[in-house]
Amino acid sequence: MRNPFRLSALATVALVAVVGCGSSSTPAPVSSGSAGAGVDDGTHITMWSRAATQVRAQALVDAYNASHKNKVDMTVVPTDDYQTKVGSAAAANGLPDLFSADVVFMPNWTSAGLFQDITARIKSLPYADKITQAHIVASTWEGKEYGLPFVADLSVWMYNKKLFTQAGLDPNKPPTTLAEFAADARAVAKLGNGIHGTFFGGNCGGCEVFTWWPIAWADGEKVMSDDGKTSMLNSDENKAIYATMKSLVDDGTVMMPDSKTEAGPTWTSFFGKGIIGIQPMPASLQGLANSALADADIGVTPIAGVKGGQSTFVGGDSIGLSKNAKNVEQAWNFLAWLEGDDAQINVVAKGGNVVSRTDLANNQYTAADPRVLTMNQIAAKGQTPFALRFGQTYNDSQGPWLILLRDAVFGDPSKIDADNAAVNTSLQSQ
Amino acid sequence: MAIIAASPRGKAGSGRRVGWKRSRQILGLLYAMPTMIYVAVFFVLPVCLVFLMSSSSWSLLTGSKAINFPDNYSNVSAGALFWPAVWFTIEYTVLVTFFLVGLGLGLALLVQEGSRWIGALRTSFLLPSALGLATASLLYWGLYSGSIGPLNGVLDAINSTGIRAGLIDPANQVTFLGSGTTALLSTTFLIVWKFSGFYMLILLVGLQAIPHDIYEAASIDGASRWQTFRSITLPLLRRSLALSLILCITGSLLAFDQFYVLTHGGPDNTTVTVVQLIYREAFIRQNLGTAAALSIVLLVALLALNAIQFRGIRAAGDD
Repeated sequence: MRNPFRLSALATVALVAVVGCGSSSTPAPVSSGSAGAGVDDGTHITMWSRAATQVRAQALVDAYNASHKNKVDMTVVPTDDYQTKVGSAAAANGLPDLFSADVVFMPNWTSAGLFQDITARIKSLPYADKITQAHIVASTWEGKEYGLPFVADLSVWMYNKKLFTQAGLDPNKPPTTLAEFAADARAVAKLGNGIHGTFFGGNCGGCEVFTWWPIAWADGEKVMSDDGKTSMLNSDENKAIYATMKSLVDDGTVMMPDSKTEAGPTWTSFFGKGIIGIQPMPASLQGLANSALADADIGVTPIAGVKGGQSTFVGGDSIGLSKNAKNVEQAWNFLAWLEGDDAQINVVAKGGNVVSRTDLANNQYTAADPRVLTMNQIAAKGQTPFALRFGQTYNDSQGPWLILLRDAVFGDPSKIDADNAAVNTSLQSQ
Repeated sequence: MAIIAASPRGKAGSGRRVGWKRSRQILGLLYAMPTMIYVAVFFVLPVCLVFLMSSSSWSLLTGSKAINFPDNYSNVSAGALFWPAVWFTIEYTVLVTFFLVGLGLGLALLVQEGSRWIGALRTSFLLPSALGLATASLLYWGLYSGSIGPLNGVLDAINSTGIRAGLIDPANQVTFLGSGTTALLSTTFLIVWKFSGFYMLILLVGLQAIPHDIYEAASIDGASRWQTFRSITLPLLRRSLALSLILCITGSLLAFDQFYVLTHGGPDNTTVTVVQLIYREAFIRQNLGTAAALSIVLLVALLALNAIQFRGIRAAGDD
């Protein structure tokens, strides 16, 4: 007898594995493209972007569409599904004209030939050497440049000035070392009544990459070798950072149990509620515009090291021409406009966000708000880590970095060295 | 001889019969053709592709490189997450099957007799089944969330009371998705909420197929409610129960959406299912070869399990 349930079950299993299977990918065009500003002839340009940076991406696309004949048709993909969608489309040669990428995934995707070489096009831009180099470096593979910064995102410490004042701290004197950060958080936590010293996404590997690694960089220390094959996450410096965070968890300064369970989607939401004293945050005031926190109460200061210094994670999204792009000249027109003065000042800076050009760090909008100037200036001291196996090692919910950080902060710190060995295995996997 | 004598006519008759038989066979083949094409295109071909993939070094981004059989199969069980995922999937399947079929039967018994509010009750029990699983999971993620969830106040009260009484460690407060156990129970609750009405429907159809005469005879003989349930309802409901079990077990062994949305396999990899492993291998680690090998292993396991279940149903039917 034919069994329909069995068939459907079998088909389901088979399809799970088949999704994403298509013809093998073709190599990216080798031409590095022509110079110039591209073509603006009313073409509809297809583009994909991830939801995490939607607000800022949408503002840029809207501004371009309003001022050009070309129209960018942007599809926003849920962040967690973005890698899957791009990977599946790449295998089936179905990528759009343009697609952005979390900058840490660029080495993986450029090395697999998902983007077109745009070295000559970038060099032709009059402000080429002023574009944030961390993004350019992360988008460079074997000497060729494949991407430009799309949405620059930095990590900073944000603190609640109102709570600082209530706790007897000087709201104009933010911490300059990790120890001062911890002391300020403890002082605020003593206020009680639903107020917490600090918060972090304790079940989110990407969150701590973004906010803890700059602490080590500020001290001039490393988290990984330059080739992205060897982890240094068990160094004395990094162990000291974990120990500080663990002490804040153990004495109740960190908001628990939410911090321990936070997997990423709402990790910035608690600060906006006005119940957290100080915490690492993405450098965007626009993201807090509709929160319960008054704009005047938001303090911004660079992330500092154990010994001092300053640094940041230069993250966000890069963008490039896909290997399957059909409207190359029109898509380049958007990219050239994107890095220009108009987009960077009248869209990015106006929105209270970090610009992608070092020469525009000090502009009419930063003059009105020194916090934005702080954000723009720290970009030059930041880093973007490079690893071919970044996603599976540091962002994956089942990846070895998340195990390491949870052991270090919530569990048994004696496992750090063994966990670091697992990180190395992942980084060196083929 | 008679046969030989009759052979010219017999040959002609036999020829007609053969021709008629052949045309019947061709007609039958034509009738079956759409199904055969469907099965070939949507089942046989994908399985062959998956098997080819499972025997190759096949990257998500760069495609197939070379045949490497049986490396992907030996890599399957070598992964640190494989056996924990297998055991967790079995644990989840047992838990969900127990509650779903049990509650489904209870609800079916509750709503089998017609009365004034039965229609409304049946509809309300069945309504969650109309939601997509990913949508329902997202709804529960919101409910369980510490940031936006309306149930958080209840948990805060439990935690505060527990901490004051010394029963709960402040560093390990109770959360819906914060530990392996609570994450499993919270996910099970979602699935039971969503699917119990569906299983109620299957079992209700079975219940209503049992002739009333049998119940009347049992009543006249003085059978108690429990005796009636054990000796009449359960045996005559056997086929519906078996169908429910097959659907529930197969569905649970293939669990993915609910854990992908609610837990992402966490915390600390305590809620990783086998299908999540396949997904991770394919789309995070970008290794379609090992993902396909895992799929084939799961396919074989499901085939074996379903074969056992069907044999059980047939044996029960023969009694």
